[in-house]
Amino acid sequence: MQTVNTFTIEQQSPLSRFVLGLADDALVLSHRLSQWCSNAPYLEEDIALSNVALDYIGRARMFYQYAAEIEGKGRNEDDLAYLRNEREYTNLLIHELPKGDFAFSMVRQFFIDVFYNLYLEKLVTSTDQRVAAIAAKAIKETRYHLKRSEPWITQLLQGTDESRTRMLRALDELKDFTGELFEMPDWETELVESGVAVDRSSLQAEWDDYVQTFLAHSNIDYQDSKLQIRGGRNGIHTEHLGHMLCEMQFLQRSYPNMNW
Amino acid sequence: MQQEKLAVYEVFIRSNRGLDHKHVGSLHAESPEHALMYARDCYIRRSEGVSIWVVESTNIMASDESDVESFVDPMDDKPYRHATHYVLPDTVSNM
Repeated sequence: MQTVNTFTIEQQSPLSRFVLGLADDALVLSHRLSQWCSNAPYLEEDIALSNVALDYIGRARMFYQYAAEIEGKGRNEDDLAYLRNEREYTNLLIHELPKGDFAFSMVRQFFIDVFYNLYLEKLVTSTDQRVAAIAAKAIKETRYHLKRSEPWITQLLQGTDESRTRMLRALDELKDFTGELFEMPDWETELVESGVAVDRSSLQAEWDDYVQTFLAHSNIDYQDSKLQIRGGRNGIHTEHLGHMLCEMQFLQRSYPNMNW
Repeated sequence: MQQEKLAVYEVFIRSNRGLDHKHVGSLHAESPEHALMYARDCYIRRSEGVSIWVVESTNIMASDESDVESFVDPMDDKPYRHATHYVLPDTVSNM
């Protein structure tokens, strides 16, 4: 049986679904990145990765605060983050995949960084002032994130046999999840017409070109997968999200309204 | 990755326009580019600086502290190297 606290995803307004989706993307990725804290290959990389995680949690908070205002049901950012079930989360699936090994996390980050560099560049001109302001702050962080992940991709692909093998495996596992980044749900298409949202599908060719060119320097012939796994925006997730939320929401679920 | 294989870099931060870069610490990295990024994340995330230099530690030629007797001390008995050693003529008393 599925219980939904306030009301189901489908009943929310297009703007609400749009902003909540962006918030969920940021929070879920942030949590995956934060799982490297104290587990990264060495201290300096540990701090750097945690820093990226913090950038994303900051982004998530701004989107959740706005989502809560749009919803106007008295829920706050914490309620949205900690008291919604798996099926109410609408993040794109690529963000929720377990952190895997370092190669996997870096390939995911690279794919996502390239995407957000294209996406946020457009989102800063959103006719929604709040969304535009969040995008303007986020784009600066994302430019740095890409600058950080690119040398890792090159280094690991051109490093040892083991690092290249792990990278090839990561590329192979992730290529089924990149298509969803460019899919346009109905409510988002509606918002493109009013200039609030960005047409994600229009960014795919540029993303493909960037990723393929970059990987070609390391002798990788990268092609998008024909099989694309989707469902995140509709609350249909991989088996991994539920486990992640268990851990992430444990404190608020067990000790409601608990504060640090 | 084995930490002992990573190079050590010294980090220098310039906190403001017009000031000098100052040594703030060191870190491990596998390339100068990474060292610069780690320095950004480790040393200036609270706006402590506007510019960073990183230098691989092995590129620094340093004086030997145990050698202080012959390297630094001889300066102490040459007071005439200090401006305060000289008595100013009365005519320049306003200096």
